[in-house]
Amino acid sequence: MTGLAARTADTAPTAVFTGIGVTAPNGVGTEDWWAATLAGKSGIDEIGGFDARTYPSRLAGEVKDFDAAEHLPARLVVETSRMSHFALVATAMALDDAAVDPASTPEYTMGVVTANASGGAEFGQRELQKLWRGGPRDVSPYMSIAWFYAATTGQISIRYGMRGPCGVAVAEQAGGLDALGQARRVVRSGAALVVTGGTDSSLSPAGFVSQLPTGLLTTVTDPLRAYQPFGTEASGYVPGEGGAILVLEDAAAARRRGAGRPYGELAGYAAAFDPRPGSGRPPALARCLRTALDDARLRPEDVDVVFADGHGTPGHDREEARALAEVFGPHGVPVTVPKTMTGRLYAGGGALDAAAALLALRDQVVPPTVHVTRPDPGHGLDLVLGQPREIPLRTAVVVARGHGGFTAVTVLRRTG
Amino acid sequence: MRPMDVAITGIGVMAPGGLGREAFWDRVLSGRAATRRVTFFDPAGFRCQVAAEADFDPAAHGLTPQEVRRMDRAAQLAVAATDEALADGGLDLSELDPGRTAVTVGNAVGCTTGLEQEYRVLSDDGRQWSVDHTFAVPQLYGYLVPSSIAAEVAWRAGAEGPASVVSSGCTSGIDALGQAAELLAEGSADVVVAGSTDAPISPITMACFDAIKATSTYNDDPEHACRPFDRGRRGLVLGEGAAMFVLEPTARARRRGARIYARILGYAGRANGFHMTGLRADGREMAEAITAALDQARLNPQDIDYVNAHGSGTRQNDRHETAAVKTSLGERAHEVPMSSIKAVVGHSLGAIGSIEAAACALAIERGAVPPTANLRERDPECDLDYVPLTAREQRVDAVLSVGSGFGGFQSALVLAAPDKAAA
Amino acid sequence: MSAFTLDQLKTILREGVGVDEAVDLDGPILDTPFSSLGYDSLALLEIAARIQNQYGVAIRDEDVELLATPRAVLEYVDAHLAEVA
Repeated sequence: MTGLAARTADTAPTAVFTGIGVTAPNGVGTEDWWAATLAGKSGIDEIGGFDARTYPSRLAGEVKDFDAAEHLPARLVVETSRMSHFALVATAMALDDAAVDPASTPEYTMGVVTANASGGAEFGQRELQKLWRGGPRDVSPYMSIAWFYAATTGQISIRYGMRGPCGVAVAEQAGGLDALGQARRVVRSGAALVVTGGTDSSLSPAGFVSQLPTGLLTTVTDPLRAYQPFGTEASGYVPGEGGAILVLEDAAAARRRGAGRPYGELAGYAAAFDPRPGSGRPPALARCLRTALDDARLRPEDVDVVFADGHGTPGHDREEARALAEVFGPHGVPVTVPKTMTGRLYAGGGALDAAAALLALRDQVVPPTVHVTRPDPGHGLDLVLGQPREIPLRTAVVVARGHGGFTAVTVLRRTG
Repeated sequence: MRPMDVAITGIGVMAPGGLGREAFWDRVLSGRAATRRVTFFDPAGFRCQVAAEADFDPAAHGLTPQEVRRMDRAAQLAVAATDEALADGGLDLSELDPGRTAVTVGNAVGCTTGLEQEYRVLSDDGRQWSVDHTFAVPQLYGYLVPSSIAAEVAWRAGAEGPASVVSSGCTSGIDALGQAAELLAEGSADVVVAGSTDAPISPITMACFDAIKATSTYNDDPEHACRPFDRGRRGLVLGEGAAMFVLEPTARARRRGARIYARILGYAGRANGFHMTGLRADGREMAEAITAALDQARLNPQDIDYVNAHGSGTRQNDRHETAAVKTSLGERAHEVPMSSIKAVVGHSLGAIGSIEAAACALAIERGAVPPTANLRERDPECDLDYVPLTAREQRVDAVLSVGSGFGGFQSALVLAAPDKAAA
Repeated sequence: MSAFTLDQLKTILREGVGVDEAVDLDGPILDTPFSSLGYDSLALLEIAARIQNQYGVAIRDEDVELLATPRAVLEYVDAHLAEVA
């Protein structure tokens, strides 16, 4: 067996983030996006990718001016969908950021674990249209490798010769954090490095319309007032596309290869699922937060900031605020929702929030929540509103909740 | 690598030709193929017109009208298999800690059948790119996000621990069990309801496989359309179905006196990092996965009594995995029986790995090896013992099951009898 | 006169399967194996599908792997265009 050494739980390696790549509605490229995020610059706007004027919801966080062909080989672009374009571009950035050379890293010590929520929607709709307009012989061979949820992980693995354990997590918005948790398992099983995170793009007409029946998307048409998590005017959320890809490494392996200072450690992770609808029992989030903190061997008072899920619908917001107050106490910890600048990116959302949390730890600044005109005082949250907040940060918690009851929490810890 | 010792204490299977665990086992032992000319839609105009369809009536399996409407067929199959597994496992759900019960469901192509049906309506059979939202049905979002399948299983099982869909293409069914076993090994759950499901027999999926010419063209002989390891094989035949399991640490299963079908002792996945659909002839990454899984199980190639092959019946796959098994098992490869059940139940993509794991667990419990149906004339380059046509009664203490899929994923699972000791 | 030209094939390559950065399609490629031009088995299937859809020439399954170079494709399509006409 080459590379993957046996280890026991007692000597489980520390998993640290060493690279970040971002393709987000408010910025492509990690530093551009981070600067925009600190400046409160939003990527939410009227949908431009297709005609949404007849739909009751008309806004989205689209990654505009993104031409995959500028970043990726033409041969790769034709056989992949937009969700994979985002991931492949972000992976290149993240590996570059981590200064990793995959070609000189043993192949079986590198894994890939990404999250995906809804597959290659635009590619899928195009080929479905060809099938039903023309017939089965009009369907492209590439449909078989572009549409499915594993396309992104497979293409990253192939592009960089990463032949270790690979995986794909699907848990709607929670999946982006589940991927990080699974990546840590892969590191703990002996891998040196895992490319992880998530991206999504469900913004084709059919993909977008498929989201409408939940009734959870806002119908407000003013981009500055549409998505207001924890606000008295919370009316639903705005969907978005894009996400983040991160490099997670065994800390010892990273040191050995001379990597720079990691962004932070994946110190804790937990996942849980809400009780059946109608059970009358509280959602899983408070329990999941405690489990993740236990996993990190930290107490609630050790947490310096929470990147909340911030669903933007009154019921979900109330549930989340209650759980945060229960665990951290009322106004017990600064809470922020930078996804107010991007919309909910589904599998990309948790990963992008993790990227924001890591950069917050690096720069000792909490990015703001924007567009919430009046925070609901009943929630008892210390919402970081409008402006970034410079405070000492050592530990950040990221929350993601997926449609149906999926719940995931990560605890990120500054290293050194 | 952390040791893994996980007991399978409940099994539920919904497979073509075998709805229910016992019917499924009888079917795979019989070697009678459940492949037939497609009836779910008119396959005229398709290159491949054969599939292994399940005659599955969700109402007969206890689903209410609202559940039937809400769930795509993949979720219906998973829930029916979950019900059977839970009943079989003899768990008292009221005594479980819901927060310590996890759900891991493998699935490759989501709710494709439902999504395609609704797409046809929204777009008026493809006439509109800007689809008409007034035709969007309530369950449509559940079809878009296949996590809905894991949610349905979790509700069924009253599970409130970690829940997710594992979607690594055609190895999903193995990877879901492997990840479930990891959850137990690390102590994140007491019980996992795990398995996988897929219902891909719809025009778009059939057209996808047509386009890459991966499916069989024996349209005039549907029952012999899938011929793993046979000289005349022409490709895979799509199937559908689900297999779900109750998994728990072996020590816990013993404490509660549960019947243990088999234990999962090893799991590993590797990627070929080569091509989304192509396989390198030498099978080195699958061999690497097999070796890693055996290492974790602390078993030697000599311990393996049966290999459940991926055996999809495509020209490249059957040679690829023959090479991988030779590389990883050495001389043992030439002695150990190795069969594929896909000629009988088809290739149900994300589901098949769990369906095959069910066959492996039953092979261990009942001392029999299922045959490779439709294998009449072996490919000279496939020179192992593929158990052609007829099942064999024999003691089976340890089993290796392998899978290979789009994206380059290669996975291996090692199962053993309740009393099997490490090498 | 050839009914299916190299230029038409190049259009299919550019539009349908993309061009590898290291490849100059305007160079002497007639006898260059597709694999050396960066085209894998899926790309060849896509090329075959586009030829079928645009020119009505069905390339049989067993023939796809025989079409190893642009020249082989041109000759195959020419030979079968007559049948279509």
